[in-house]
Amino acid sequence: MALAVGCRFRPGKSRDNKTGSWRVFKPIFDHEKCSKCSMCQTLCPEGCILEDADGFFDPDYAYCKGCGICAAECPKEAIAMKQEEK
Amino acid sequence: MMEITEGSHAVAEAVRLCRPQVVSAYPITPQTHIVEALADFVANGKLDAEYITVENELSALSACVGASAAGSRTYSATTSQGLMLMAEVVFNAAGMRMPIVMSIANRAMGAPLSIWNDMQDSIALRDAGWLHFYAEDNQEATDLHFLAYKVAEDPSVQLPALVCFDGFILSHTYEPVDVLSQEQVDTYLPKYAPAERLDANDPISFGMYATPEYYLEFRYEMNEAQKKAKAAIAKYGKEFGTLFGRDYSSLIETYRLDDAETAIIAMGSVCGTVKDAIDEMREAGKKVGLLRIRVFRPFPIEEIATALATVKRIAILDKNVSLGSRGGATAIEVRDAMYGSTIPVKGYILGLGGRDIRKKDIKEIVALCEKGEGDQFIGLRKEVL
Repeated sequence: MALAVGCRFRPGKSRDNKTGSWRVFKPIFDHEKCSKCSMCQTLCPEGCILEDADGFFDPDYAYCKGCGICAAECPKEAIAMKQEEK
Repeated sequence: MMEITEGSHAVAEAVRLCRPQVVSAYPITPQTHIVEALADFVANGKLDAEYITVENELSALSACVGASAAGSRTYSATTSQGLMLMAEVVFNAAGMRMPIVMSIANRAMGAPLSIWNDMQDSIALRDAGWLHFYAEDNQEATDLHFLAYKVAEDPSVQLPALVCFDGFILSHTYEPVDVLSQEQVDTYLPKYAPAERLDANDPISFGMYATPEYYLEFRYEMNEAQKKAKAAIAKYGKEFGTLFGRDYSSLIETYRLDDAETAIIAMGSVCGTVKDAIDEMREAGKKVGLLRIRVFRPFPIEEIATALATVKRIAILDKNVSLGSRGGATAIEVRDAMYGSTIPVKGYILGLGGRDIRKKDIKEIVALCEKGEGDQFIGLRKEVL
């Protein structure tokens, strides 16, 4: 995203502004442990956990802010929060 | 055409000639006469503008930001407490790169309440990103408005500008002023034509949020725009001189400085008194000169360092004080400009809250500076302390 003088933007900036950059801890999903219960997707406040063709779940890291709710609530403890260095 | 006119009215006339499309301001002493005159101009059909009356200064500058974003040349004026009430929007106007011009009839900050002059108000907001012009007399207070719009609206700058002049000392004083004609001003200052504006058919947002990946770069760009303003002032100040005979291309003015041993640095109307004091000291054999700062933002760092390279000592007058530091803003910044030099730099706080500054005060400062004394208040009434 190139800078615009005075931070002026046309509508639709949330598509360009990747709020995933706010993240400190990154959720890592372990499909081996996953029971496909979809709790992570239901509880994600960002709505950025997506189901794949096989019924597994993964976060869209472009928008995941790393809040850790999915990891805390996962009944199978299949999600680990790892500190991320940028 | 030369006219004997009150400073405020000369400024109001200059603003009228700049053809602002939107004026929004809230009256406050000693700025009142300016906005009163502009309201009259609008009511009498002498100025084709929207005059937005508001409940306070926060709303006044907010209205100006909206009007400027909509593509209007926009004007406001305030002072002291009014400027502080605007403070949030002062920063936003600069960040949104709105070329608003605002007059400041400089006044002290409360508490204690004071309606009298010093420069604490505009100096307190020196980091907000606005260009800061300081006038010595009413001619300059008038002319700097034309220059301010020209520089602020330049595509390489796009920053708002404060035109500051001492409250009462200039705003309420009658002086001869050469008031330009509308034809002359139209030649110099064309219609404002922003590249982008608010338009319901082509939506755009101004001043959106910036994540940590971008905010630093936005502030960097504003600082670069301040640097580019130097070139714009040089260009348009020279053009003003070519057209109307008064050259404002330099950020500083020097007076009898070439062979001076003691350099006095000051801003605003006190420089008239300083020049008279210098003439008397020169007659008495003292080599004293003046460096007047006309543009405080962008700050003339290189210009000051070059102009003062051969003096023996520097005395800086500040009609403001950065409480808890070594002195006033000018002294702090000039010391920075002179970093690495062995020339002693001393600051003097004076004239706060309307205290008169007399020629003998200037001579006392020069005597103190010669003795190596400074970084102190001048004219303290010890009997009341």
